[in-house]
Amino acid sequence: VMFHRLLSVVRRQRTGRGWQNWSSGRSGASAAEAHSVALPAQAQVVICGGGIMGTSVAYHLSKMGWKDIVLLEQGRLAAGSTRFCAGILSTARHLSIEQKMADYSNKLYQQLEQETGIQTGYIRTGSIFLAQTQDRLISLKRINSRLNVIGIPSEIISPKKVAELHPLLNVHDLVGAMHVPEDAVVSSADVALALASAASQNGVQIYDRTSVLHVMVKKGQVTGVETDKGQIECQYFVNCAGQWAYELGLSNEEPVSIPLHACEHFYLLTRPLETPLQSNTPTIVDADGRIYIRNWQGGILSGGFEKNPKPIFTEGKNQLEIQNLQEDWDHFEPLLSSLLRRMPELDTLEIMKLVNCPETFTPDMRCILGESPLVQGYFVLAGMNSAGISFGGGAGRYLAEWMVHGYPSENIWELDLKRFGALQSSRTFLRHRVMEVMPLLYDLKVPRWDFQTGRQLRTSPLYDRLDAQGARWMEKHGFERPKYFVPPDKDLLALEQSKTFYKPDWFDIVESEVKCCKEAVCVIDMSSFTKFEITSTGDQALEVLQYLFSNDLDVPVGHIVHTGMLNEGGGYENDCSIARLSKRSFFMISPTDQQVHCWAWLKKHMPEDSNLLLEDVTWKYTALNLIGPRAVDVLSELSYAPMTPDHFPSLFCKEMSVGYANGIRVMSMTHTGEPGFMLYIPIEYALHVYNEVMSVGQKYGIRNAGYYALRSLRIEKFFAFWGQDLNTLTTPLECGRESRVKLEKGMDFMGRDALLQQKQNGVYKRLTMFILDDHDTDLDLWPWWGEPIYRNGQYAGKTTSSAYSYTLERHVCLGFVHNFSEDTGEQVVTADFINRGEYEIDIAGHRFQAKAKLYPVTSLFTHKRRKDDVELSDLHGK
Amino acid sequence: MPAPAQLFFPLLRNCELSRIYGTACYCHHKHLCCPPPYLPQSRLRYSPHPAYATFCRPKESWWQYTQGRRYASTPQKFYLTPPQVNSILKANEYSFKVPEFDGKNVSSVLGFDSNQLPANAPIEDRRSAATCLQTRGMLLGVFDGHAGCACSQAVSERLFYYIAVSLLPHETLLEIENAVESGRALLPILQWHKHPNDYFSKEASKLYFNSLRTYWQELIDLNTGESTDIDVKEALINAFKRLDNDISLEAQVGDPNSFLNYLVLRVAFSGATACVAHVDGVDLHVANTGDSRAMLGVQEEDGSWSAVTLSNDHNAQNERELERLKLEHPKNEAKSVVKQDRLLGLLMPFRAFGDVKFKWSIDLQKRVIESGPDQLNDNEYTKFIPPNYYTPPYLTAEPEVTYHRLRPQDKFLVLATDGLWETMHRQDVVRIVGEYLTGMHHQQPIAVGGYKVTLGQMHGLLTERRAKMSSVFEDQNAATHLIRHAVGNNEFGTVDHERLSKMLSLPEELARMYRDDITIIVVQFNSHVVGAYQNQE
Repeated sequence: VMFHRLLSVVRRQRTGRGWQNWSSGRSGASAAEAHSVALPAQAQVVICGGGIMGTSVAYHLSKMGWKDIVLLEQGRLAAGSTRFCAGILSTARHLSIEQKMADYSNKLYQQLEQETGIQTGYIRTGSIFLAQTQDRLISLKRINSRLNVIGIPSEIISPKKVAELHPLLNVHDLVGAMHVPEDAVVSSADVALALASAASQNGVQIYDRTSVLHVMVKKGQVTGVETDKGQIECQYFVNCAGQWAYELGLSNEEPVSIPLHACEHFYLLTRPLETPLQSNTPTIVDADGRIYIRNWQGGILSGGFEKNPKPIFTEGKNQLEIQNLQEDWDHFEPLLSSLLRRMPELDTLEIMKLVNCPETFTPDMRCILGESPLVQGYFVLAGMNSAGISFGGGAGRYLAEWMVHGYPSENIWELDLKRFGALQSSRTFLRHRVMEVMPLLYDLKVPRWDFQTGRQLRTSPLYDRLDAQGARWMEKHGFERPKYFVPPDKDLLALEQSKTFYKPDWFDIVESEVKCCKEAVCVIDMSSFTKFEITSTGDQALEVLQYLFSNDLDVPVGHIVHTGMLNEGGGYENDCSIARLSKRSFFMISPTDQQVHCWAWLKKHMPEDSNLLLEDVTWKYTALNLIGPRAVDVLSELSYAPMTPDHFPSLFCKEMSVGYANGIRVMSMTHTGEPGFMLYIPIEYALHVYNEVMSVGQKYGIRNAGYYALRSLRIEKFFAFWGQDLNTLTTPLECGRESRVKLEKGMDFMGRDALLQQKQNGVYKRLTMFILDDHDTDLDLWPWWGEPIYRNGQYAGKTTSSAYSYTLERHVCLGFVHNFSEDTGEQVVTADFINRGEYEIDIAGHRFQAKAKLYPVTSLFTHKRRKDDVELSDLHGK
Repeated sequence: MPAPAQLFFPLLRNCELSRIYGTACYCHHKHLCCPPPYLPQSRLRYSPHPAYATFCRPKESWWQYTQGRRYASTPQKFYLTPPQVNSILKANEYSFKVPEFDGKNVSSVLGFDSNQLPANAPIEDRRSAATCLQTRGMLLGVFDGHAGCACSQAVSERLFYYIAVSLLPHETLLEIENAVESGRALLPILQWHKHPNDYFSKEASKLYFNSLRTYWQELIDLNTGESTDIDVKEALINAFKRLDNDISLEAQVGDPNSFLNYLVLRVAFSGATACVAHVDGVDLHVANTGDSRAMLGVQEEDGSWSAVTLSNDHNAQNERELERLKLEHPKNEAKSVVKQDRLLGLLMPFRAFGDVKFKWSIDLQKRVIESGPDQLNDNEYTKFIPPNYYTPPYLTAEPEVTYHRLRPQDKFLVLATDGLWETMHRQDVVRIVGEYLTGMHHQQPIAVGGYKVTLGQMHGLLTERRAKMSSVFEDQNAATHLIRHAVGNNEFGTVDHERLSKMLSLPEELARMYRDDITIIVVQFNSHVVGAYQNQE
């Protein structure tokens, strides 16, 4: 009820000048009234934040039937970043999930005015993404391919066509552009108000001028919120506090890490042109010039993402609303130059103002969505990296689905809060990282780029040794991992700066590492993997693992089991290897970025039992992967123990001594399908064991290798990795891993019902390996991931990862094949269906023929070098 | 001697020169017609005897001096390109930023820039900067040596330790002493912020440590048990006096190691002035001995800059110093104690470290010299006793300490040796640094506010501003920027490249005639932190 009053006040003040102007004159009366309204004592859900995110979550929750919802806003509705947002809705995103969110938002906003009667300023203008360079055009073509397959119209157009679409543009320096005709502009504050109004009609109670002080938690579960107007008991809390989300998370007794940080963001508003710009003039994104330009009330609105951003509020200065921060024209100068170069005719256009509105950025340029790993019922939706309007609708929907159904309808791992842990929560880290992230929004995104800031946080004890030997590093979950090792004679400078969609210049380096893995032995430091130990006094550990994992873990001591940790839907929450150390103790190895997620999942599903102990031992062990046929020789020489398959069969784990060091967990697996061993070494022995391995290994031709070699090896062997190929919506049956599921292991386990059903009904997608046929590695664009797959000319799915196989001398892509039938909808995918198709992979608009395989190429396993091929150089030490 | 005039003439014609080069200038006029009877602007004047040169200034012997003039008389141009000029100016530049912790800079000091430009070869100036680790605060100092660099070097290495120790509470002193006694690891006392060219003497390190330890042992013994707050002013004075005393004692006692023995004597017989700032929160203390200077840059409300001097020069231009000297010695010496604006007619600064020739009794001087190494014994300069030397000591290292409570408008502090102050007016110094620093951080923002401005006009304006800024940005270091002005300023107060190039290409032997060693530290304050301190109270 009170919201309507508030809304009417707002409306009265809007006198045609538009959303930018209703900031100034707020009537004191409404504020006073708002204060007098008492908060309810309890609610099911409390949402903090009345911007686009909070209102969207409220809207979608109430649509899904949840009614007992309270939305709290510390200032006024839609008064934060939402109010100042440029209001551009753009579906051209790099991630599929982001494209889907934006597409949904677009459709939602379009009908919102009709639904609520509130003008949202929605105008379908379309947008044009300019390319000043060929590389930029490739990047646009990749996006274009992916937009088309999910049904968003877009096309690559010539500069001439650009000039026709937009009268003011200088197109002389362009090589092309992408046109997305259905993109739109809105008045973002009005969209938020419309969402709020609809939610309010559905029963959501909205209170402004109410600040959340902190969230009350009992036994890891949200119980209520403390506000400056009193307490509200609740089961769910949603943190949509925008740039204050980080501070709000920290205000908890047990802090919830929400890594995001604000930067100042500038855009320019002008008076109308002499002939005012049409309201449907397309929005321009000139990423090479670092600017965007939209029409605005006959004039233009133009901002950008500069190279030298100004981070703000690092100390968490909490002001009620974003005040008009200072305009900094000198800072804006490069963007203004860029604008005038793009639209020279604007020279005489009069400035209205330069708006400074902080935007929130995250450490990896993706928004943050999901439930806290530590506090159940604590949900977060924030950190929009300047795309709040584009994502608002879709993100709100996915979060609402998550809360109502327990999981969202799409795989959102890339956005999940649990991809971060407390380790990304340092203010210094965030401040430094967002200064890199903001310019990156408009930088060219080439395959395999790494963040430069916030590095060297977690390192293996061997870091310095490896670095001195030429290691080049990438970072995962804060952990430094070697990519490859630059030989001493290589030109380092050129290598560091290589940015290309084509064959990278580390190609030869990785080739020699792969070759060494195949023919001799390599050592890869894989310490970043997440390592848990589960022990119990009785059979509790086995029981809980049997329930949580699909494979049979009741194996003899010393055996290693590959298994999925599945959800109720049978999808992979985690894919790991578990070694049975003793009757009552298990050692679990998961991907690096599973550290937070897997911990939260296990904690959530493990019974409260003091006799059952879960321990994160990631930091205790350094992991060395000895890959290659001679690994066996190195290890037996170092341990005086026979390591041949007769004595040490595959997928076996044993504690033994290596060199002087005792208690090394040696496992006969390499995560690549190649022969070799993983050594889990207590960290104090790491340097010793490494030195021993390297010195003994010398005569077997040992050398260091990195993750790029590992990647090439595992992809050519059709080894899928969680987080890249597998996610919460893919089941073992969909990727040919029936053997890792024991439906009849004698007890129920998570996801069993779903798998049983799937087994009966068949799968609707199937992970398939593709070998590119007519692809020239030297001249053609390389596949990356996310390329559309065409079967008999029909879109059939997307790739998930790819690598060059040095053995096959071909590119290998992994990806899911669906059976999208036009008349009957999506159909079951059978092996026959896969095998009977003719396939093409679309790389930036160019389709390459590909052979589909459901099983790895067998010749890879029996690699033998012919006698005639041996050369003298094979005798050189590596 | 018409030839040198060709080289010097363009410079001499410059009407600014007489003001800029102060005392040096009248010498030039003289030695245009006849060779100067002594090294022109040396702060220590002494008959031009070769022995003196070999003792304290080997490269500036009279012989070389005349050689130099002959060398310069060949019609040769010494012009340097701008990059060459920059590489000379930047060779010794150093910047330090106080690290931000967790996004918050809690220090009232943002950081400092420092630089030196040699005129002597080798340079006799020294600089030091360090953070106190066991107490709060930061120490910064410039040291101007004379009669060689031995004393300034020693003071630059040692003085901050004496200050830090003087500031330490009794318990910490005990802890350190116990650690030494029992062979445990010592608490670190100072975090140095050094340019690679700022070196520490390895050989004397042990000797210096022992003297310092004796000092803190005495401090421990003197402790009366009542825990009184340590007074920074007192600590600074004690540290200065104690170090000078130790320098003197070490020279008297000597060292069995002949190298060290010679070193301690060189330290004691050469001299150095010191100007040291201690910043802790809003408390700024400046301790000054000699004629280096500390200048505070204050930004007025209208954005203009004004200079506040935080130290008094101890030289003949200071009435109170003249007065002090006259009072400290019998009336009959009133005319001889300061002659020609110099102490006993010889020394320009009236307070200094070392310079035992002005401190020890004649007996003591003779005794030490006779028992000293041959180099010393054969040296005319050391044997030479100042004229009218009746009632030593004539010189002290006791500093004058100034206290200033920092205000938000106090933006920076310039510490510099007289090489800078001789060439530039303090007001110009503060203006140039102020404009440089604000240009770097927040030049006055442009606001459109109500005016009709087109995009094109704004673009023009911004491009202009950027061009102006980039000339400032040629220097990343405020001290370098200041030196560029000090050496290269023309009559209009702007840097003249040709002039700068000429000044920097002077041969080593001539450089000293046109300028002194210049050493500058520019400390920048964090107005936010300073303001927060103010609000707390």
